[in-house]
Amino acid sequence: MPKTLEEINEKIRKGDVVVVTAEEMVEVVAEKGAKAAAESIDVVTTGTFGPMCSSGVMVNLGHSRPRIKLGGGQARLNRVPAYAGIAAVDLYLGATALPDEDPRNAVFPGEFRYGGGHVIEDLVAGRRVLLEATAYGTDCYPRREVSTWLTLEDLNEAYLLNPRNAYQNYNVAVNSSERTIYTYMGTLQPRLGSANYCSAGQLSPLMNDPHYRTIGLGTRIFLGGGVGYVVWNGTQHSPALERNEKGVPTGGAGTLAVLGDLKLMSDHWLMGASFRGYGATLIVGLGIPIPILDEEIAAQTGVSDADMLAPVVDYSSAYPERKADVIVHVTYADLKSGSIEVGGQTVPATPLSSYRRAREIAETLKGWIGKAEFELTAPVAPLPGADSGQAMGPMPNHPPDPARQTR
Amino acid sequence: MEVSHKVVLHFPPTATGQPVVYRLSREYGLVFNILRASITPQEEGLMVLELSGEEADYRRATDYLQEMGIQIQPLVHDLRKDEDRCTDCGACVGVCPTQALVLERPSMRVVFDPEECVVCGECVPCCPVGAMELQF
Repeated sequence: MPKTLEEINEKIRKGDVVVVTAEEMVEVVAEKGAKAAAESIDVVTTGTFGPMCSSGVMVNLGHSRPRIKLGGGQARLNRVPAYAGIAAVDLYLGATALPDEDPRNAVFPGEFRYGGGHVIEDLVAGRRVLLEATAYGTDCYPRREVSTWLTLEDLNEAYLLNPRNAYQNYNVAVNSSERTIYTYMGTLQPRLGSANYCSAGQLSPLMNDPHYRTIGLGTRIFLGGGVGYVVWNGTQHSPALERNEKGVPTGGAGTLAVLGDLKLMSDHWLMGASFRGYGATLIVGLGIPIPILDEEIAAQTGVSDADMLAPVVDYSSAYPERKADVIVHVTYADLKSGSIEVGGQTVPATPLSSYRRAREIAETLKGWIGKAEFELTAPVAPLPGADSGQAMGPMPNHPPDPARQTR
Repeated sequence: MEVSHKVVLHFPPTATGQPVVYRLSREYGLVFNILRASITPQEEGLMVLELSGEEADYRRATDYLQEMGIQIQPLVHDLRKDEDRCTDCGACVGVCPTQALVLERPSMRVVFDPEECVVCGECVPCCPVGAMELQF
């Protein structure tokens, strides 16, 4: 018998809701079958904890006296530039921003010790951050420069606004070249010496709702240790990607844009990160509860690592050249065993996203729901699905004619 | 009695011009295996090596090193994993050449065994959150 979301929320309020993690659901469905699982289980919790570059924080600084208009000027937080091209004291600080004085890859491979992600971690940890800004001055905003220490508490608003998080599935990165390469997928050993992957697989949110039946715009989620919301599909959302017989995409596919109050988050779940030779970023903890409304949803949440495929891609050639070549597909069960087979060679497989933390997120969310601290939401609009025709296209390639300096 | 120790030698600038390792081998009969070295003339230097030989010879050799003003430190203290900072992601596991860093299954915890570590230092820049620290 199908359940409604309201019935599940009523159970949450009464304290008799049955919640399991997606990892536990695999066993429940294997033992009892999807039909019985749908009867006995109300909610399945998911989690993922990995570097997510398309992340950042929107802040409102409050007004100085006299007033300053940072829009059109420049602003830095702990020397890291923030985007000021909006109203007077609103700033957006992106996870990958770097101080002007950072040497980047001038001495290769660069270290990228401190960037936007680290500023976000400092803020969320309650540490003070130095704002330095310059402006051009106007009649109503006469001030031209400001510098002050501030903390998260001082900010009127600070919310995480991440344009692309929680990739449904992801590449496995290998390196077939003769030299070590330094990528956003970590350091890759030459001659297929290592394979790095970055998905929680069976615990990953969109892997458990592959057709976006319950996750949509407005879905309440665990974000950075606090509560957030899905606000749009993520950038590069590509729902029409190929799927296996279980309905699970065999590559990147869906993504989420998410938002949440930074003041409710913690530095255990948002951490600044540095990828050698690549850049700075933010590690984000994100988890989504899935209401088990019917047998089909139960079956999807019960799909295990053994039935989830990831594409193995060569980051020394195919990836930088934007070629679609996939060497082979491997299962998350293979990846988590510690080695995969690529072209007859056994390659050690290591993760970049913490499966242990993903588990911790799913358990935390389970605890919140069990204690009636977190209710589920129905999407106000669905994410574009496989039949939407939405797909990720390439960048246009129409360079301007240098002889004709027209716009 | 045969002994074998992994040690870190800190060379003062005055000692970097001396054939120290040669003398350890030639005069004290120790077998050496250099794991890591950073020695520049007239600057403070560092060498990580495994020394094996007779206990009495080893003791005389360490006396000689101390006379030279070279500080000797057991190796195990030189690389530290900050357990609070570590997220158990596993990024270090792929670059560790001696499997001193392993992903324990099924807990999926990253476990560091200092005994297996040769202090190559590869994990330090490769850890995204800076949880591995070299301490000299």
